[in-house]
Amino acid sequence: MVHVQGLRCRECGREYEAAPIFTCEWCFGPLEVAYDYDAIKASVTREKIAAGPLSLWRYSDLLPVEADAAVDLGTGFTPLVRADRLAAELGLGEVWLKNDTRNPTNSFKDRVVSVALSKALEFGFKVAACASTGNLANSVAAHAARAGLKSYVFIPADLEQGKIVTTAVYGGNLVAIKGNYDDVNRLCAELAGIYEWAFVNVNMRPYYAEGSKTLAFETAEQLGWTVPDHVVVPVASGSLLTKIRKGFDEMYKVGLLDAEPEVRVSGAQALGCSPVAEAFIEKADTIKPVKPATIAKSLAIGNPADGYFALDVVRSTGGGFGAVTDDEIVDGMRLLARTEGIFAETAGGVTVATLKKLAADGVIRPDERIVVYITGHGLKTLEAVSGQCGPTATIAPTLDAFHEAFDIEES
Amino acid sequence: MSVTVRIPTQLRSLSANESEVQVEAGTVAEALKALEAAHPGFSERLFDETGGLRRFVNVFLADEDIRFLQGVDSVVTDGQTISIVPAVAGG
Repeated sequence: MVHVQGLRCRECGREYEAAPIFTCEWCFGPLEVAYDYDAIKASVTREKIAAGPLSLWRYSDLLPVEADAAVDLGTGFTPLVRADRLAAELGLGEVWLKNDTRNPTNSFKDRVVSVALSKALEFGFKVAACASTGNLANSVAAHAARAGLKSYVFIPADLEQGKIVTTAVYGGNLVAIKGNYDDVNRLCAELAGIYEWAFVNVNMRPYYAEGSKTLAFETAEQLGWTVPDHVVVPVASGSLLTKIRKGFDEMYKVGLLDAEPEVRVSGAQALGCSPVAEAFIEKADTIKPVKPATIAKSLAIGNPADGYFALDVVRSTGGGFGAVTDDEIVDGMRLLARTEGIFAETAGGVTVATLKKLAADGVIRPDERIVVYITGHGLKTLEAVSGQCGPTATIAPTLDAFHEAFDIEES
Repeated sequence: MSVTVRIPTQLRSLSANESEVQVEAGTVAEALKALEAAHPGFSERLFDETGGLRRFVNVFLADEDIRFLQGVDSVVTDGQTISIVPAVAGG
């Protein structure tokens, strides 16, 4: 049962029908799905959710599309794992990792795309499209194949090889643009005015963005229907961070949480593309767009559409912002792999490095229960660590050679 | 200078469904003013009460975000294109 009332402008509150539109005609503010929360409250229970599928579709009461019409590759309900070794290294107490590398195309983007393309089918679209920094590209190409939709995926031409191959393999059109993500995005915003395609991050954006809430829903359910004290979330457009906060709030609103959630939300950006972190640090009211220069390409959005909302969430919840260097990103990736056995892409390195930085600064405290969102798999960005990670030794296939290379005392 | 202003779908009800409007202007600000003169209604959509561009309105001059240039004071040259584009999420 879908409980959508329509769309509402986040900026000025004007209301619209639930259509494939994304900006307010009055003020250009982003449109967001408006729900009938009383109806959801009457329909949803913890037991009903727990009896649902082991995917994000267990929360369909809080999503804008029917679950049985879903374009589904089995996304969501990814592991939430306790990270004691990482916590010990950083001087923290209770740290959990939400491991979203475990989605069908190995990033959290499967959540938003599953919702967006399900809605696209409902609207009758025949073509799926997106502008992407890589992860969205993978996911749109895969879900379009699954749904039998044609696809046009637009990416910056300098993307990691791993993200190009893992998009192209699904057989849709992959268009490499000679420019950065913001250039790709602008082109797509203009193309969306010409072609009647489901651009998941343009005209499907209000629905697409709702998929990110499921990261909050799962986190709370996996913590026994309670919320963490503090979450650390990577920031590109700012949509994910904003929606995680919204997800916790909605759970309380519909009666799934006993107490009003008080979750501090901290954001993670790469120093080479940190417009939101800069505004936070400088206590500025405006976010100045930047030209990205970072190895964290999946976060390289210089003109973040939801930056203002992300900034508001971090400020109002008493969180912090980290802006970390490329070296810190690589160290973060290796720290996570070494301590917890999880290989994250560069965005995960940004998030772990921010956790480390904010812990050292005392913003994230040892008495807090912390959840860190690991949003994409390391195999997507092998280039970032391949120069530093290789065989410990390369030897002849003999015992002597082994003993020469390794002086091992214990057996 | 004669410049082309590209109108996004959301605002084409103001431009009689034209996707492009030709105006005479020396700066981006003058071009947007000329747009308002030709098709009244644009200014209140693009600018807030303080006279600044609304924060979700992006304006590009020859494919460059004007915030990387001199904002609305950016000088335009003959034949250039100004695009008005809504902010887009993604990643």
